[in-house]
Amino acid sequence: MADTTAENTQTTIVSDDMDLLRFATAGSVDDGKSTLIGRLLLDSKSIFEDQLEAVETSSQAKGYDYTDLALLTDGLRSEREQGITIDVAYRYFATPNRKFIIADTPGHIQYTRNMVTGASTADLGLVLVDARQGLTEQSRRHAVLLSLLRVPHLVLAINKMDLVDYSQETYEKIHQEFKQFATKLNIPDLEVIPISALKGDNVVDRSEHMSWYSGPTLLHHLEHVHVASDRDLMDTRFPVQYVVRPKSDEFHDYRGYAGQVAGGVLKPGDEVVVLPSGMTSTIESIDLFDQQLDEAFPPMSVTVRLADDVDVSRGDMIARVKNAPTPAQDIDAMICWMTNKPLQPRQKLAIKHTTRTGRAMVKDLQYRLDVNTLHRDQDTQELGLNEIGRVTLRTTVPLLCDPYSKNRTTGSFILIDEQTGVTVGAGMINSGS
Amino acid sequence: MSAPPTHADYQLSQLEQLEAESIHIFREVAAEFEKPVLMFSGGKDSIVMLRLAEKAFYPAKVPFPLLQVDTGYDFPEVLDCRDRWVDRLGTRMIVASVEEAIKNGIVHEDGKTTRNRLQIGTLLNAIEENAFTAAFGGGRRDEEKARAKERVYSHRDEFGQWDPKMQRPELWSLYNGRIHEGEHMRVFPLSNWTELDIWHYIGREGIDIPSIYYSHQRRVFNRGGMWMTESEFNPCREGEEVVEKTVRFRTVGDLTLTGAVESDADTIAKIIDEVAASRITERGATRGDDKFSEAAMEDRKKEGYF
Repeated sequence: MADTTAENTQTTIVSDDMDLLRFATAGSVDDGKSTLIGRLLLDSKSIFEDQLEAVETSSQAKGYDYTDLALLTDGLRSEREQGITIDVAYRYFATPNRKFIIADTPGHIQYTRNMVTGASTADLGLVLVDARQGLTEQSRRHAVLLSLLRVPHLVLAINKMDLVDYSQETYEKIHQEFKQFATKLNIPDLEVIPISALKGDNVVDRSEHMSWYSGPTLLHHLEHVHVASDRDLMDTRFPVQYVVRPKSDEFHDYRGYAGQVAGGVLKPGDEVVVLPSGMTSTIESIDLFDQQLDEAFPPMSVTVRLADDVDVSRGDMIARVKNAPTPAQDIDAMICWMTNKPLQPRQKLAIKHTTRTGRAMVKDLQYRLDVNTLHRDQDTQELGLNEIGRVTLRTTVPLLCDPYSKNRTTGSFILIDEQTGVTVGAGMINSGS
Repeated sequence: MSAPPTHADYQLSQLEQLEAESIHIFREVAAEFEKPVLMFSGGKDSIVMLRLAEKAFYPAKVPFPLLQVDTGYDFPEVLDCRDRWVDRLGTRMIVASVEEAIKNGIVHEDGKTTRNRLQIGTLLNAIEENAFTAAFGGGRRDEEKARAKERVYSHRDEFGQWDPKMQRPELWSLYNGRIHEGEHMRVFPLSNWTELDIWHYIGREGIDIPSIYYSHQRRVFNRGGMWMTESEFNPCREGEEVVEKTVRFRTVGDLTLTGAVESDADTIAKIIDEVAASRITERGATRGDDKFSEAAMEDRKKEGYF
């Protein structure tokens, strides 16, 4: 790492109206993920001197003759001891017009569970492959998971190009192979970038060694990928989270329904229906603190007041009269199982969907999906740790849901073990009835 | 029906997105936990938390009390600011005093352990005594690498301990608040905020913060490369000499451990410029408590620190 000692002047970031990109990293153990993150942070001047000094000291103490940037990201004692990443970590950096939240997911042990965790909130998935290895089972698996979680943008970063003499042929071969594979998946936007995280080629600065590559550098792509249109602005969904009732002299009759807009645009005067009761009313005002807004859209947290005194409580949903989800108790969904004790038919679990909590029973395990081959194993009797399968659930409360492909908020749920209280499953709804 | 909306018209800045996410977290906790409390140090992060809580429940009052763990060595300017906020919001304030905890034998002062560490036992005792089931903390993941591993909802067992290997997966914005008797949840609504975000937000909202964050004259002495405040609680050691400097604080905590930085930044705009140009993290610059070992924060967090 020649330039770790170079002059580091922080880019001055003074605007407060920056845009936000959340991305999840994926890739197997030795593909250089930590090095890439270290490189992005270092070259975007997001590493501070005291942090770098600490890493240099630790690297020396371990007897390395280079600065191991992975030490910067492995935050736990046991991770540093073992030299592996155990759990998802979140990291932050910014360029003058965009802030980035990285969900840094571990490449091995418990990969699926951690990938699903990191990818659930990501706008973009970054899959790293080693140019010498080409596509591995792991890179395919990660692409499948990102596609299953409907992460709208995907970057395939072909790393260690310095070790294949910056060969265009190698790049093309992996690119073609991946494109072929991706036809089976749902990947709306794909960018393939040849890089060397170690040497810094095409990460922040354009590589001098790959004049044949005319696409963007990784950072340039991350800065410019368009994410604003990934939300659903057509189908109004407002899960009621909390009822605001001040009962003070000044706000004696105030009754507001607080929540975060999950879809569509709400405006005062809109005719709405409250589910599951089916009562209708009109939006009287949309409040954010002491202001009344003209409209609210995802992901704004607001308080809605209705013109009529209808009964609304936490767990209800406000939608448009002619465009509302159908309350469903039979749910067809993909599940990622996250605990050692396997999921079995007839099992009972707690379920949390938007602001609604109830119980669910596994009525049927339709198949287990092999994330390597996409094969559907219909003879399976259970789902083990990190396995993904399609199930039918019967719930005690009706869920006000949409297909996950339409709305990642109203289409997702978690399953909780009622004895231990631990989150054991993540679900993506196909349909409900 | 009017023309379909275009996405460009419906864009939130990253600061607005962070605000929306934090408000969502506050409401989720208030809806699902029996007895939440907001840990309030009077520093910039806890003040931003309080502002977000105010917004989340407006025009109703913030539906949980504040809890301050007072080391007895707090800056008077910070306590003044705390009192202004409590008065304005009409919120209940609980003070858990380290001094009293020492007197009552809850924590043990051995002359070597700093009061920062003694806050842990004092805090856990206050949580237990009041039977709080959730405690909001102002921790941010950008502060420190152990904190980068922290969930928004951080489960604590009946001893208040954090087990980083047993964290619950946290998916979408579906937070799992299940706890058993005697356990509690630490909740970090500012997880995704950075130091700069905090300053931008303070500027945007015109938030009242302790005066010591702005540049001022102070009698200080140099210890370990940091400018420490002259105080009866923190006597000078041999070779240390009190001088007057123009300084400000980047973080505030116990005055025996929190150092000032030399600065002329006397407005939020100047502070933002200064923070943006800084090459040292706020903790690295001014917190003695993190310098003990590489895993100082992780070790304290496992014991129940915030």
